[in-house]
Amino acid sequence: MTETKKKYKTFDSKEVRKDFALFNQSNLAYLDNAATTQRPNQVLEAEMNFYQRKNANPFRGIYDLSVEATDAYEEARKKVANLIHAKEAEEIVFTRNASESLNLVAYSLGELVLKEGDEILVGITEHHSNMLPWRQAAKRKGAKVNYLYTDEKGEITEEAFTKALSQRTKIVALTQVSNVFGRLNDLKTFAEIAHQRGIYFVADGAQSIPHRMVDVSDLGVDFLAFSGHKMLASMGIGVLYGKKELLEAMPPFLTGGEMIETVSLEKITYAPVPHKFEAGTVNTGGAVSLSAAIDYLNQYGMENLARVEEELTVYAYEKMERIPGIRILGSDDPRDHHGILTFQLEGVHPHDIAYILNQDGVAVRAGHHCAQPLLKYLKTPSTTRASLYFYNTKDEVDRLIDGLSKIRREMGYLD
Amino acid sequence: MESRTFYNEILTDHNLHPSHKARIEGTNMTLEGVNPSCGDDIILELRVNEDRIIEDGGFVGDGCAISQASADMMLDLIIGKNVEEAKRLSDIFLRMIKGSASEEEIEELEEASCLRDISHMPSRVKCAVLGWHTMEELVDHEEDED
Ligand SMILES: Cc1ncc(COP(=O)(O)O)c(C=O)c1O
Repeated sequence: MTETKKKYKTFDSKEVRKDFALFNQSNLAYLDNAATTQRPNQVLEAEMNFYQRKNANPFRGIYDLSVEATDAYEEARKKVANLIHAKEAEEIVFTRNASESLNLVAYSLGELVLKEGDEILVGITEHHSNMLPWRQAAKRKGAKVNYLYTDEKGEITEEAFTKALSQRTKIVALTQVSNVFGRLNDLKTFAEIAHQRGIYFVADGAQSIPHRMVDVSDLGVDFLAFSGHKMLASMGIGVLYGKKELLEAMPPFLTGGEMIETVSLEKITYAPVPHKFEAGTVNTGGAVSLSAAIDYLNQYGMENLARVEEELTVYAYEKMERIPGIRILGSDDPRDHHGILTFQLEGVHPHDIAYILNQDGVAVRAGHHCAQPLLKYLKTPSTTRASLYFYNTKDEVDRLIDGLSKIRREMGYLD
Repeated sequence: MESRTFYNEILTDHNLHPSHKARIEGTNMTLEGVNPSCGDDIILELRVNEDRIIEDGGFVGDGCAISQASADMMLDLIIGKNVEEAKRLSDIFLRMIKGSASEEEIEELEEASCLRDISHMPSRVKCAVLGWHTMEELVDHEEDED
């Protein structure tokens, strides 16, 4: 798509925060956006409006109301396709979340292409949701999972990527942005290398799609998974983008209602994509909320929001790195962090950190971030993570930093 | 903000300068206790003699200040006592956490009584009881084998 100069609404943090009930009601500094974001009123109202005015089971009824429900759902699909620059709306499959999307592709693509002795290359950085489904697929098909290691700063170079491929590699599964390092992988280059060797490329976009402009046609990946709830929409709606010819060739994942054309006792003809992969009554309210979330983001422009977030990230990184005893995981360049600061504070366990920050009204994540193999590789038992979104403020970051600065003293250290 | 003081001196002192965070000699009972959801992990060792007196105890592991300090305070309390007495004290501790121990009972827990307010912090209860549960399981398991 060629970019015509779009007219965006001017970003004003104070105005934006008025759209979120939580920020009006409480003084909590919500810094766990990589886990899930908050939802603006516009998104919640869109979903409510759907259920109040257009609610019927989509696809099933002949009457107008059901048609309206179907239209609302299919409009949302188009909105998602436009967001990620997919060629056709049929390339968008709605799921519950990124995890389900990744399970779907691991199962169905695995059934289509994996043979005994094949190899799947999976990033060591992967969330369990982009690791366990591949281990299952490998087990089912007699294939093997290999791991793609980053350097200690979380970087995967082109050379390291190429080296990790073998003659038998059939599928690569890699995240675009790591939920621990925040680092952006150069998927365009990697997908190109993979495709030259006839390897399929599956991308986890759970931490990238909510935060930046992504063009799947340009990236060239075969599949991309993400969740609505990490980008202002309701919990329970997710997306799998897949190239149409692959989706068409793949067997279904879940079976049942709505995903068939005809069923007799002898034969089943599946519905065309994407419906083949959407068994049962779909989450139309969720799809509508995702559509409204995309509208919300688009009024400011993904690139503008990414810039706002980067400025906040740099601000937070530079303050955080000065705290005695702090070690931030990943790159030394704050611009490589994309809103995610995972850190350790010497001598203090992450659960104590998160607990004490909570007393100060700051919400951060402590633990293994569903990436146990990565933390084991880094020889790091568990960590604390602060993750930002465009609606966070420097004031909230300051509260995080003030809280963190006091913790070692509070825990009995003398600095 | 009141519970910020929850990380009081007794607790932080046991966390930073534990008396029993080490392997002991002549261990005859060992058990690992884990909180899978948060990753707290301790290996508890005891040396119990023929008269069922806990002669010595130690632990190694990794976890939050509450889990580590609580295990250390527990060992302070139970070393030198017999197994039945240790189990009785553990029962008081677990009831204290649930908010159903009397003042006299809580006093028997000595420094471990500083964890009483944990009953208001559901997310931290598992941390506080890890060492105690592990100890109970360890001695009960040993009894099953006799
Ligand atoms: C990189 C990454 N992949 C996948 C997921 C799984 O997302 P969900 O829990 O919405 O399925 C997450 C979120 O936790 C994530 O950060």
